[in-house]
Parts: sequence; structure tokens; C-alpha cells
Amino acid sequence: MTSEVTAKGTGTAGSASGQGASRRRRAPVKRLMAPAVIFLLVWMIVPLGMTIYYSFQNYNLMMPMMRGFAGIGNYAILLTDATFWDALGNTLVLVVACLAVTVGLGLLLALLFNATFIGRGVARTLAISPFFVMPVVTGLIWKNMLFHPVYGLISWAMRSLGLEPIDWLAHHPMLSIIIMISWEWTPFALLILLTGLQSLPEDQIEAVRLDGANRWQEFRHIVIPHLGQVLYVVVMLESIFFLTSFAEIYATTSGGPGTATTNLPYYIYLNAFFQYDIGLSSAAAIGAVILANIFAIFLIRFVAGNLNAGSAR
Amino acid sequence: MAVVELKNVVKRYGGGLTGKAARSEEAPAVDDFNLVTEDGEFVVLVGPSGCGKSTTMRMIAGLEDNTEGEIRIGGRDVSDVAARDRDIAMVFQSYALYPHMSVFENMAFSLRLKKAPKSEIDQRVNEAASILDITHLLDRKPRALSGGQRQRVALGRAIVRQPQVFLMDEPLSNLDAKLRVDMRAEIVKLHRKLGVTTFYVTHDQTEAMTMGQRIVVMRDGRIQQIDTPNALYARPANMFVAGFIGTPSMNFMKMRVGDDTRSLKGETARFRAGDAFTGDLLDSHRGQEVWVGIRPEHLQHHEGDAGALENGLSGTVDVVEPLGSVTMVQLEIDGHRITAQLEGDTRARSGDTITLTCESARLHLFDVVSEQALARQPVESAATA
Repeated sequence: MTSEVTAKGTGTAGSASGQGASRRRRAPVKRLMAPAVIFLLVWMIVPLGMTIYYSFQNYNLMMPMMRGFAGIGNYAILLTDATFWDALGNTLVLVVACLAVTVGLGLLLALLFNATFIGRGVARTLAISPFFVMPVVTGLIWKNMLFHPVYGLISWAMRSLGLEPIDWLAHHPMLSIIIMISWEWTPFALLILLTGLQSLPEDQIEAVRLDGANRWQEFRHIVIPHLGQVLYVVVMLESIFFLTSFAEIYATTSGGPGTATTNLPYYIYLNAFFQYDIGLSSAAAIGAVILANIFAIFLIRFVAGNLNAGSAR
Repeated sequence: MAVVELKNVVKRYGGGLTGKAARSEEAPAVDDFNLVTEDGEFVVLVGPSGCGKSTTMRMIAGLEDNTEGEIRIGGRDVSDVAARDRDIAMVFQSYALYPHMSVFENMAFSLRLKKAPKSEIDQRVNEAASILDITHLLDRKPRALSGGQRQRVALGRAIVRQPQVFLMDEPLSNLDAKLRVDMRAEIVKLHRKLGVTTFYVTHDQTEAMTMGQRIVVMRDGRIQQIDTPNALYARPANMFVAGFIGTPSMNFMKMRVGDDTRSLKGETARFRAGDAFTGDLLDSHRGQEVWVGIRPEHLQHHEGDAGALENGLSGTVDVVEPLGSVTMVQLEIDGHRITAQLEGDTRARSGDTITLTCESARLHLFDVVSEQALARQPVESAATA
């Protein structure tokens, strides 16, 4: 009995002093974290809140008299606007196509650059360089120097082969945008996948060879599972960037012809800076946020289920 | 199960795309390697790091090409056969388990690639798992296993294959000391049970001595000696093997062969060579210096007058290391550092001058220039002396 009491007594005393110590230790943590938290709040939550607020307002800069609460009016307009649905479709096509091209091509190039050959260092640097070109510059280079039906390099090549040059941006606008964005982003996939390949232990490849695997089985059973997590990162980051593609479209097709290359960011831009309809564009922006979230959740589920679960280590 | 033959095998690096020009001038990584195993033999390749033992094994596996020479497995020349078609299983130092597969999948992988029927895969994996006592781990991923368990899985993956040859590349070096001793015995038992020709690479001479039926001692890409453990210990072919095999390693001191060709003289040490050495060999070194090798465990403490001893050396004790059953004593004799393994109750203290003696049959003599063993004692005299 006595011992129990003593034990309890010391226990409480111990925990009390422990709490005191941890409180003392925790206090400055909060204060030190505060600036970052406040900064994040101001930077992200306030604009998001304002966007949500405007999306429920009648607010067109050209009609300053028509202010006031709009209810779901902006959203109703949005959902009945054929252009919005086009933009949504274009966004999805753009993201999925660019993901497929950049990851596929990036993986092929990564396998290539993982091999040893003369001048590998220089070749790697060159292969990665498109990533350092600004999006607007990318658009202008492709528009004026490559895709141009008269002065473009591709047209020249086609003419030298006796073919009719194609006006890429006019006749295959979406394909052109996909080519440009993929050109810009394949190096990113290459870079990350290459580091993934280089972290693959040599002896695993040797073990699988001795186990009787051919090159394809080696790739299928060892390389791909090893790259699982890296692929996940690439797909995640790229899809977020592709969802917000804007500059390449702005600098080349301006969303056209018609609405052929109008994606969600460009649709928002058009509504805000051509129609001056802040309310509607805010509603579209909220739509984009929701889309991005759906995308992210789907991707996480999909990628985690297929690749990541097995290879996490 | 198969006989493995290596004939004049040479491996040179360099000359490739990434190789620097200077490297092609370098000595070959493996030079003129010749060995014919018996069917089901356990051969250990041992030597210091960079001696070419791993390269030799990788050439047998087909992970490296041999620059020259011929490698035959079961009579078939495999020089142009890809690693995956050589029917060889290898256990890696790092185990190289496939991290995304369960233990079962790891072990079944090679059979699945061969499209073996599922019932056969199940049976063979379960059989191997029960031999290695890892049946309860089959569903786990490698990352959930301890080092010793991973080691067993790596062995299991090799056993399931039922290959012609096992290759083991320092498989125990990532385990802690106690586990290493246990696994050592287990691998030997496993080999006895399966009877598959096995190559085992290690830098640890204790592992080599305890496991190998035959040991290949290598240095700088060259074979120094191929022999049974006992023969390596009793009759090392040169000073390198003599120093490498046995712990603590052999003591060496320079002594001069006397004019009678029977006596060896240092500054204070002296030996009578006795019958263990043929007179001719010492004859040819009359009046010259030779290296005399004495194993620490063959030195005995001589209490009493040193002057009357035929075989004796005395010196000042530097360090005394009592290990319980034995006491290691380090002393300085004629400018050479000598370690003696004396009985546990030896009462030597540092600073003491003590006299050691050694039976002449236990001496090893080496040429000063070539470092090759001079006179080999017959095994019988070494064993009975």
C-alpha cells in the first residue's frame, strides 16, 4: 500500500515535471513557426478565400453598377457554357497526352543515358537544356522557328522531301501544344528517372541475370518496380504543372483556333482580362482547384496502388 | 552438379570506352588462372582485397568476360555463354534480394521465369524454405527481415534453382561475428547435403580454412597456392601464403645458414635444422641469409639456461596479452617483431627477458629473394613432431 502510494506520488511528480519541461521546450517552437504559418495563410488561404467570395458575386469591371450577391449564378453560367466544357476537355487531353509522352520518352532517354558512351556528360547536359528555356520563349521558338509554315525548320525539311508543309498551329493546334510542352518537360522526367536508375543497385541486375532473366524481364521485374516511387513523383509533379499550362498557349495559339487549345487556365484568363468578369472567372478558378484535387487524389490512388505499394522501402 | 575447369584464364581491364589509356598498361586483374574442380567440391578463393578472387568468380558466373583462356562448366565451354544460360546460382555479399517481392516470390522468381508449373514452384520453394528454416518468413518482404534471415533467403533463392554450380561472394561479411560462425557451419552442412560444386570467395582466412575442401590463395591476380587447409598450414608455398594462413600470423626472421649447412644463426637466435630439411637445399644456401618462419603457436617458453639450447631465441617482452586459455607475448628478437602464443598461465611481464624454443621440424624456410619456400617438411614429420 505504502509502496503504491509512493510510486503514484513519484509518478505524478515525474510527469508533472516532464510536462513542465516539455511546455518550456514547446513554447518557442510555436513562436518560431508562427511567421511561416502566417505567411502561408496570407499567401494561400486569403487569395483562395477571396476567390471563393468573388465567385458568389456579380462583379464585372465593365458593369460597375451591377454588384451584389449572385448566389450560384456564376456557377450556373459556367456549367452551361460550352466553352468551359471545351476547356475542361482540352485540359484533360493536354495533361494525359503530355504525361504519356514525357514519361514514356523520358524513360527511354533515361535508359539510354544510363549507358556509358563517349561524351555522355555533354549529351546529358544538352538533353536537359530544354527544361531551362522559359515557357514563353519555348512557345516563340516553336511558333516562329519550327512550326512556321514558311520560315519553320520543319516546313523546310518537309519541302526538301517534296512534301507539302503543314501549318501546324492552324491545323493541328492541340498536337502542336502537346509537342511543345512535352519538349519542355521530357528533360524533367529524364532527369528524375535517370537518378532513379542510377540508384538501382548493380548486384540486383546481376542477380536477376543469373536467375535467367532476359533484358525485357530484367526491365519489367526489376527496373520498373525500382522506379515506382520515382515515376510517382514525376507523374504527380508534372500533372500539376500541366494543369496550369498557360504561357505556351498564350504565346502561340492564344487558345485558338476557336477554342481548340483553350484550357482551363486560359479560359480563366479570357474571362478575367477580356470579359472583365471577375465573378465568372473566380468560379472557373474554383472549378480548376477542384479538378486539380480530383486529379491528385486519383493519381495518388492509382499510382500508389499499382507501383508504389510494392516498391516502397 | 558439375566439374568446373579454368584454363589459363586472364582478365584485363581497360581498353573499353571509359577506360583510360594508362589502364591497359596495368597488370591483369587475374593472370593465368588454372583450376579443375572435382564434382561437388567446395572451393574457397581467398586473398586480400583486390587480389582478383571476386573477378575470378564473376568470370565463372558470366558477369565479366575472360580476356583470355577457357572456362568450362560440366565440360561445356561457357566463354561465349550469357550469364543467364550458364545455370549458375550466386549468393551476393549484399544478398541482392528483390525488395518489392516477398520471400516466396524472391525464391520462386527464377522458376517463374522458366515458366515452371505452379505446383513445382510451390514444392521446390517450400522444400528449400524448410531446409533453411525460413518457412514462416515466406510472406514477408526482405525489408522486414534481419540480416541473418536475408542471408538465408539469398541462400534459398540459390538452392531453389538446383544449379550446376553455386557461387558465393563473401556472403557472410555483412553479418555479426556470432551469426557468421553459425552460418559458416550451416553452409558447410548445406553443401554436404546438396553436393553441388561450390565456389566461395572470402578475404577471411578463418572462413577459408573452416569451410574449404580446397583453398585457392590469390594475390595480385595470381594464384599463390591451391591446397587443402591442412596442407596450406603445414606447407605454405611462399611467404605470402605462410603469413596469410593462420592466426596470429607467422613470424619471420632473417638468419644465416651456417657452413655446416645444418645450423641457422641470427644475432642471438639459433636453430639446428635437423632432419626436417634435406641437406641439399640448405647446402645451396650455405653461408647465405634465408627467411625463417615460425608460427606463434609453435614457440614454447623455455625456463632455464638458454646457452645449452640447440633451438632457441631470447628477447625482451614488449606486450603481454592474456586471453585466458593462451597468452600472447610480443617480443623483439634480433630486430624482428615476434609473437609467441604461450600457455595461459605464463608469468611473463613486459620488460622481462625470456627464452623461447621451437622444434626444428616446425620451421619454415624461404628464399630471401624469391620468397618461395625452400625446403618442405614432409607432412608426417610435421604432424608427429
